[in-house]
Formats: sequence, structure tokens, C-alpha cells
Amino acid sequence: MKERLKEIKQEALEQIEAAVDEKKLQDVKVYFLGKKGQITEVLKGMGKLSKEERPVIGQLANEVRDEITEALESKKSKLEQAALEKQLKAESVDVTLPGRPVQKGGPHLLRKVIRDIEDLFTTMGYEVAEGPEVETDFYNFESLNLPKNHPARDMQDSFFISEDLLMRTQTSPVQARTLRQHEGRGPVKIICPGKVYRRDTDDATHSHQFTQIEGLYVDEKIRMSDLKGTLNTFAKHMFGEERNIRLRPSFFPFTEPSAEMDISCKICQGEGCSVCKGSGWIEILGSGMVHPNVLEMAGFDSNKYSGFAFGMGPERIAMLKYGIEDIRHFYTNDVRFLKQFHGV
Amino acid sequence: MLVSRKWLEQYVDLSNISTDDLAEKMTKSGLEVEEVTGPALDDENVVVGYVEQCEQHPNADKLNLCQVNVGEDELLQIVCGAPNVAQGQYVVVAKPGAVLPGGFRIKKAKLRGETSNGMICSLQELGYDEKYVPEQFKDGIYVFDEDVTVGEAACPLLNLDDEVIEIELTANRSDCLSLIGVAYDVAAMYDKDIHLPQPEVDISSGSSSDYISVKIDDEEANPYYGAWILKDLTIRQSPLWLQNRLISAGIRPINNVVDVTNYILMEYGQPLHAFDYDRFGSKEVVTRLANEGETIKTLDGEERTLSSHHLVITNGEEPHAIAGVMGGEESEVQEDTTTILLEAAYFSPGVVRQGSKDHGLRSEASARFEKGIDITRVKEAATRAAQLLSEVADGEVLGNLVEEGSTEKDPINVSFTQDEINARIGADISIDDMKQIIKRLRFNYELDGQTFTVESPARRQDIVIKEDMVEEIARLYGYDRIPYTLPVGVRDKGGLTKRQKLIREVNDYLQSAGLNESLTYSLTKAEWSTRFVSPEIQNQNLSPIGLSLPMTDLHSHLRLSAVPELLSSLQYNVARNQYDVALYEIGSVFLQHEPRKQPEENVRLTAAVTGHWENHPWQGIKVPADFFVVKGVLEGLFNHFLDGQVEFEKAELEDMHPGQTAVMKLNGETMGYVGQIHPIVQREFDLQETFVFDVDLDRVLDETDDGEDYRAITKYPTIAQDLAFVVDRELPAKQLEQAIYEQGQPHLESVKVFDVYQGEHMEEGKKSIAFNLIFQNDERTLKDEEIEETRQAIVQHLETEYQAVLRG
Repeated sequence: MKERLKEIKQEALEQIEAAVDEKKLQDVKVYFLGKKGQITEVLKGMGKLSKEERPVIGQLANEVRDEITEALESKKSKLEQAALEKQLKAESVDVTLPGRPVQKGGPHLLRKVIRDIEDLFTTMGYEVAEGPEVETDFYNFESLNLPKNHPARDMQDSFFISEDLLMRTQTSPVQARTLRQHEGRGPVKIICPGKVYRRDTDDATHSHQFTQIEGLYVDEKIRMSDLKGTLNTFAKHMFGEERNIRLRPSFFPFTEPSAEMDISCKICQGEGCSVCKGSGWIEILGSGMVHPNVLEMAGFDSNKYSGFAFGMGPERIAMLKYGIEDIRHFYTNDVRFLKQFHGV
Repeated sequence: MLVSRKWLEQYVDLSNISTDDLAEKMTKSGLEVEEVTGPALDDENVVVGYVEQCEQHPNADKLNLCQVNVGEDELLQIVCGAPNVAQGQYVVVAKPGAVLPGGFRIKKAKLRGETSNGMICSLQELGYDEKYVPEQFKDGIYVFDEDVTVGEAACPLLNLDDEVIEIELTANRSDCLSLIGVAYDVAAMYDKDIHLPQPEVDISSGSSSDYISVKIDDEEANPYYGAWILKDLTIRQSPLWLQNRLISAGIRPINNVVDVTNYILMEYGQPLHAFDYDRFGSKEVVTRLANEGETIKTLDGEERTLSSHHLVITNGEEPHAIAGVMGGEESEVQEDTTTILLEAAYFSPGVVRQGSKDHGLRSEASARFEKGIDITRVKEAATRAAQLLSEVADGEVLGNLVEEGSTEKDPINVSFTQDEINARIGADISIDDMKQIIKRLRFNYELDGQTFTVESPARRQDIVIKEDMVEEIARLYGYDRIPYTLPVGVRDKGGLTKRQKLIREVNDYLQSAGLNESLTYSLTKAEWSTRFVSPEIQNQNLSPIGLSLPMTDLHSHLRLSAVPELLSSLQYNVARNQYDVALYEIGSVFLQHEPRKQPEENVRLTAAVTGHWENHPWQGIKVPADFFVVKGVLEGLFNHFLDGQVEFEKAELEDMHPGQTAVMKLNGETMGYVGQIHPIVQREFDLQETFVFDVDLDRVLDETDDGEDYRAITKYPTIAQDLAFVVDRELPAKQLEQAIYEQGQPHLESVKVFDVYQGEHMEEGKKSIAFNLIFQNDERTLKDEEIEETRQAIVQHLETEYQAVLRG
């Protein structure tokens, strides 16, 4: 019997080794260790053994069973491992294939520029004010110190709807409206973005519709130096810390003194190049100290209050910042254009 | 305004100041320099030569062999191909070593076997602008017409060495529409003296008043009129110096009389007019407003009809000029003119503007009258003109000006204190510095303590109020020297309003949903302004607002919907092979409730989507945009902002697909629509299936409830049940869903469609629709019997109300 057990062990280990899958392995298990398996068969003959031999054979049989069981377990785990490896291999992908695109749109560049400016000024205590795009002659012109027949009205050929109504040519009427709402009491600190319209033929540098964003700060004792400091903060935020600004005298009917703000040219660092027409400076916006007539017409005492205002075109800012060559790109909505500005 | 450096130097000493420095100083002081041009040529090897001999080149028919005296020991032999070269001419010679414009270097050369030691030049070769080249020199070399010295540098003679500064004047600085005006400002910038002309004229014994009288009919339109008679003039070409000045100012020389009036125009900013006295037709000038329908043939040969808004210069009968705008053809100065009537007047800005505008005649002269000239200098300018005319046209000036009206101007005084100026600028400028600045400006002033009273000079109409002086002082003190500060005061919170924040949220939502923000035009075609208008606007029967004077038919009317312009944007993209496009716009449409009143501006959210919504071909994911994709975007929006209380109802709208269009209603009122555009419209815009929506965003924002209620997450389990029914195909799913929800109370938490089937194995006109029901109670676990009871009630209700058949 000893011999038989040894033989069984030998046979079992060989068959376990040869098993190619879990099914075969199960068959081997049943054949050797099952209720009718080989070991059980051997143990059936135990009755014939002497009292002394029984425990010895019994023990040997147990040892053989344990060894077979262990071999089975080990083989099983090997087979499982192999199966898993096969599965993983089958599941392997080409990681260089493109991923499934996330459906994502984005903001229009002009709105992005406007939002950026709004965010800067709201943190400086400004509110965002809006107003109608179809304006009265009074708010668009007269309240801004542009009486009828004023020559400066020529500067902005307008789309009139009736004698008294027109497409606003600037966002300044929002300033006039907001000032009135404050009934002569400062401070008024607003930023006014919006669409404006001029009687222009659309081409690479003109658009009959465009956007503007203006700022107004009216309070007691506001100085031109405050305008300069505010614009400096703005310019560095918008165009970079290394850029400088300069103000130079200009003229707007609604401000006195008036100033144009230039920033130092990024391309040539002020040396003069084709972008800045050799001057080293690029014109960015118009500004000035609010004209006393504008304050008085809005119900503010111009002896007590003073203020500054500035206005710019987001189109121009975007064109300068990104080197965009044609203003019409902002309004054709070519997705190849729009999508370039969807990043942060 | 073109400012010649050399001309400016007549009045202000600019030695040691480079033109670049000058340009920068001008820009920084308020006269913005657009461009500096020149010198065109400044080469000492370009000299005056005298053609001693000129004969045909032995080997070439069209070439001449010239012996030219350039003031050197030997004559220069020069081969010249110009047809007009001849012996005895004073010409411009570029000697070997000269470099002409364009880098053209002159060398000794052999032409057809003959040595050529330089070039006899045409004006074009010297860098002259073609438009200023006199007719007789257009196809040949230039020949001097006046006394010049052989060997003398030619560039200064032709003013080629001048530099011209182009300044872009702001509307308030019309004082700088003259060289003298610019000179005043430049002198102030550099604190220099100014040397003005002191015109004097030799008056002959005759008297202009024997020839002419002046009568002003409307003193407001014409406060002053001066007339002067000059006799025995010779009309000819102006001397070179005068031509040079005009060319530097961008004016083409014509003849000596016209050139002098133009010279004065540029020097003083005073427009003058010369009539041919013998053709004027009377001995009186009467200025008056024109009669309605009166006509005049102007210098340009046009017959012009006048109205009572126009001022005319008449001979007592007929108009001979539209005042300040253009003279009449009849009394135009011509080659045979010998006597002129010189007009020096002040016409009021309004009447000249009306004339130039109505006749489309804007000129250097009218522009100056329109902005208002210096009335106190009219006589001085006239005297200067008379002086020059007697010099360059040999004219005899008869007596004094015959005048009517006054050149006086009431002085304007502006008072301010040192503190006021400094407080407004934010600088610390001393009284002495302020005094200096005012002196440099040559403004008369008085100082009492720290209070200045400045008399605004007549030439500076822009100095009227204190703030004007703030600017004068600030600009001459230097904007650069103003410090950088921020306003001192209460720091207010600032920030966005709730509405503004919500709009940003709407934008963020739509962008995260996959739509691209767009901007289209508010002004659209007349035809488009009435299309795709949402029913709640359509029902108001509003007319679209049209512009009085559109630039183009493409943008003539204010939109009532942004859909047409967005469709046009889709078309633009598709035409460029961009087939999958999803655009949205937030913007106003314009509702005119009452004519001539400001319209209501309704902010709407509009979108247009075409092509694939999702396109990921290698994994086989190709989801075309369809009704439910765009509806889903809207539902997401409404869920977010309106707790999903919006109802979609099937609708038939013009230009929309009759089977795939819905209107949205909030509390029973329409607030927009969504759907596929009609296939015919798709073809019109060259589009495939395209879906749009147009929603009243103002209403969404008005009704947005910003409160969010928290409901504790229940610990009791939910129970799911599915129910499928066969119903009429036309029965809206929403109705069934609503019925199930109501019947399912109080335990039914939610109900959702999860399958719809119609087609094979389904009776004609029927569809199968399956719902997923979720039951829940926050306080306890629901019992099976409760759910079964509810389920039965639902089934029974649907069977009786909708003839629904429960599918097993």
C-alpha cells in the first residue's frame, strides 16, 4: 500500500503539472482526492492492515493527500495568473489613439476681454453699469456736452432712427444715466461695457458695430493723478507689468483736460517699429477729467465734485494683444477663430 | 495739417532741435504727430548746372550730348535722353557720387561710347511727388525759370531738404490749422520767441472805394467783410519759394494769385478769395442769405441750387460765391485777369458748415471757417496777401480795404487759483511755474495773490473755462510729470449685481454644455428682421425699427431675433468646411411699442446648432445634433435657473419644421421656441439639419429663484418599478408622465420615460412607451402592498383616461 500511495502521488503530481486549464485540474482533483478517488480506494484496503501498520499508512495517505492538495492549489493559482495575464493582454489599448472629446464651448474673445476688465475694476470697488443701445440724442450727445450743431458730432457719424433716437455711438450715455441716478451725490464708480454703432463701412479696421468699455469715477477731490494711477494699474494688468504708459493731451467734448493713453510697444520695447509706427508707443484709450458741463447737467455740483473717465475698444485691445489683423473676425463667428480663445 | 520745418523756422528758432525731438515734443504737448516725412533729398552733389552746349549723341538718335557748367574748372559732359534738354538751360545736375532717392547712385559711365559724368535730373528722379510736377516737366528734365547760380546746391532751391511734420489735430485746436498757430504752440513748448510777419503794403494813389462798396445783409452770418482792389496784375507761375511752401503744405501751385491766397490760408488760417473784378459785373459786394432755389455755377463747373441756409457773395444781383465754400465760375481768376477783388471776411461757422455739407464741398478753406477763424487777424492777413500780390504779381494795391462790420471780439477772462489747478491735476506746481507757463503761451494775465485772471486770446477759442486752463498748464507742465496716485476715499464694495452674476452663470453653463459664444450684428436685413421671431413677440404685431440712413441693405433694420444672423454664421462656417457648429448669443432685440419712443430692449438667448453634436469616429460615436440635443441644453438651463418649471408644447411656426418645433411656456406664458428649422430654410442657408432656440432671457432671470432648499438624504431604500403602455402615437409623453406622477402620490418620487417604440409589431397609429417609477418615503420603508396599490391606481387611471393598454 505504501508503494501504491507513492505511485498515486507520483501520478497525481504529473497530471497536475500537465493540466492546461482549471477544468482539467478539477478532473485531476476528483480523480485522486474525490469520494471515489484513488486515495479513498487505497484507504478502503486499510482494514486488512495490522494495527501497527494502520497509523503509518494513514499518516502517509494524509501526507500524500496534503501534497496533492498543495500542488493543486499552486497549479490553480498559476493557471489563474495565466488567465488574468491573457485577459489583460487582450484588453490592452493603443494609448496614443485620441480620447473621446469633451463637448466644450467657450467665451467670445471680446466678452473675455470685457470680463477681465470688469473683474479688475470690480475688485477696485467699481460697479458694472449697463444701458440701452438705442439712445436718445440727449443722452448720447447733449448730456455729454455735445449740443446740436457741435462740430465734434461730425467725429461720430451716427445711425439715426428718428430725429431724436439713434444707435448709441459710445457707451458714455450710460455714464450720464448713472450720474443722474445718483442725484448729485458721489461717489460714482462704474465700468460700462456694451455694443456701440457708427456709420462706417465694414472693412479690416472698421466695423459698424463694435464694443466699448468705459470707466467713470466721480467723487470729491478726484485728481488727474488718480486717473493716471488707475490707468497704470489697468495697463499693467492687461498688457503686463513691464509695460509703461504715457498720457498725452487730447480732446473729447465730455472731458477737460483730456488725455490719450499710450502703452510702450511690446514688439520693440519702445525703440520704434512698424507696429507702433516708429514711435515706440501704441495708442490704447481716451480719457480725461469729467467736463464740468457733464457733471452739472447730471445734477452734480462741479465745484464740489470732480471725476475722471476713460473709454476703450475691446476689439482694439484684443487685436493688439493677439495680433489679430481683421476686425471682422469678431463678428463672422468662424469657429476656427472662436475656439482659439477658449483657454484660460 | 502738414507743417514744414523750414516754414515753421521762419517764425521760431529751431536750431539745435532735431525734427524727431520736435515731433515728440509736439505729440506730448497735444499736437499729435502722425508722420514725419523727408528730407526727400539733401545731397551737395546735386547742383545747379548751365547747359553750355547740347548736340545729338553721335551713336544714338534719342540721346543728347551736353556740356554742362557746374561751376567747376571743367565742363561736365553728360549724356541726356530728355526730349526737352536744350542749350542755355539752368538744370539740376546730379554729379558722380550723388545718391538719388531709392538709393540710385550716380557714377561716371559710358553710354554708347560717350562718357557721361553725371545726370541731368527730372523732378521725379529727385523725389518730387508726381502730383506736384508741373505739366511741362512731366516727361522731361526740370528747367529753372528764375535766377540761380551755377554750382549752387539744388536741393534747398527745390525744398527737397525740408522735413514735413503731419499733425493730427483734435477738434478743439483749430488754432493750429495755420503755420502761425503751430508756431505759437511750438514757441510755448520750447519757451522761445516768435517772429511774426509784419505785413506792410505800398498803397497807390487810387482808392478801392472808387471801385467797390460792401454791404452786409446778415451780420450774424457775416460779421465782417473786407474788399480790396488790386490792379495791373500779371497772372503767371509763382516764384519757386512760394511754390515750395505750398507743396510742403500739400497744396498744388496754380498761379501767383491763387497761390498767394492759399499761402495766406496756410500761414494765417485765413481763407481769402480773389474775384476777377472785370467779370464781377458791378461795383458793389452784397453778402446775403441766398434765395430759395437761386442757382450758381461754381468754379468746378457744377450748377448748384441754393437755399436760405446758404450765405452768398453777390454783385447786388447775382451770387458770385457760396461764402467760404466755393467761388463762382463767372468771376474766376483767369490768365487774362488784370484786376482782382480780394475778399477777406469772417463767415460764421454754422452757415459755412451748412453750405459745405449741402453741396458736398469740403475744402481747406471751408474747414477753417467751420471751426471758426481768428476774427481779429482778418485785416492783417489781407494786408499780408496784398503785400505778396504786389510782389509776385506786380499788382498795384488801391488805397485801403473797403470794410463793413467789425473785427472786434469781446474778451473772455478765465479766473483760477493755484490751489484749484494743483488740486485738479494732483501736482504741486508753484505760482512762478504757472506764471511761466502762461507767459510762454503769450496769454495776457493778472495775478492777485494766488488768483490768476487770464484773457483768452482770440486765436484760442478753446480757452473758455477754468478747466481749459487746467489742461493748458498741465500739458505744458508735462503730463509725464503728473504722479501716479489712486483715489483717496471710502473704499466701496463694488461688484456685480445679481442679474449680472446670473448672466455669467448662463454663459458658463452654455459653454460647459458645448456651445460657443458668438457675437452677431444687431442691425440686419429688412427681410431678416421679421423672421424667426418668437411667438410672444410676434403676437405683439410690432414693426421692426429701420434706420433713417443705412449704410447698406445688409444692416438696415434692428433685429427682432438673432436667429437669422446666427444661421448666416453657420452658413459661413459650413462654406469653409466647418460642418459641426454650435453657436449661441446673448444679446438684445428691439421692440418698438410706440413710434419714436425708445424701444424696449429684450435680452434673449439664441442658439443655432448644425452637424454632429458628438463626433468621435474611431470609436463609432457620431451623434448628430437633433431636437432632443438642443432641448436637453435648454432643460439643463431651466432646471438650473427655474427649477425646471418650463413646459414644452408642440407648435407650428413659420420657417420652422412643423413636426419638430416647440414653444416654451413658463406659468402658461410663452417665453421662446426651440426646434429644427424648416428644410426649405435649410436649403436657403445651404445647411443640413439645423436646430435653433430663441429664449427670453430677461424672463428667465426675472423668475430665477436664487434660494436652494436642502432636503436630507433619506436612509430608507427606494423602490423602482417599470411600467409600459401602448397608447395613441399622438399622445404627448409629458401628459402620461404628469398623470402617472399625480396618481402616484404620495409615494412616487419620480417618473421618467426610458423607452419609446413605434413601428413593426405595433398597431398602426400606436406607440409603446415605458416609464421608470421610483417610490420613496423619507420616514420609513415602503411596504410592497402600498406600492402595488399605487401601481394599480396608476394603471387604471391611464386605462380609463388615455385608453392606455398595459404591456405585460
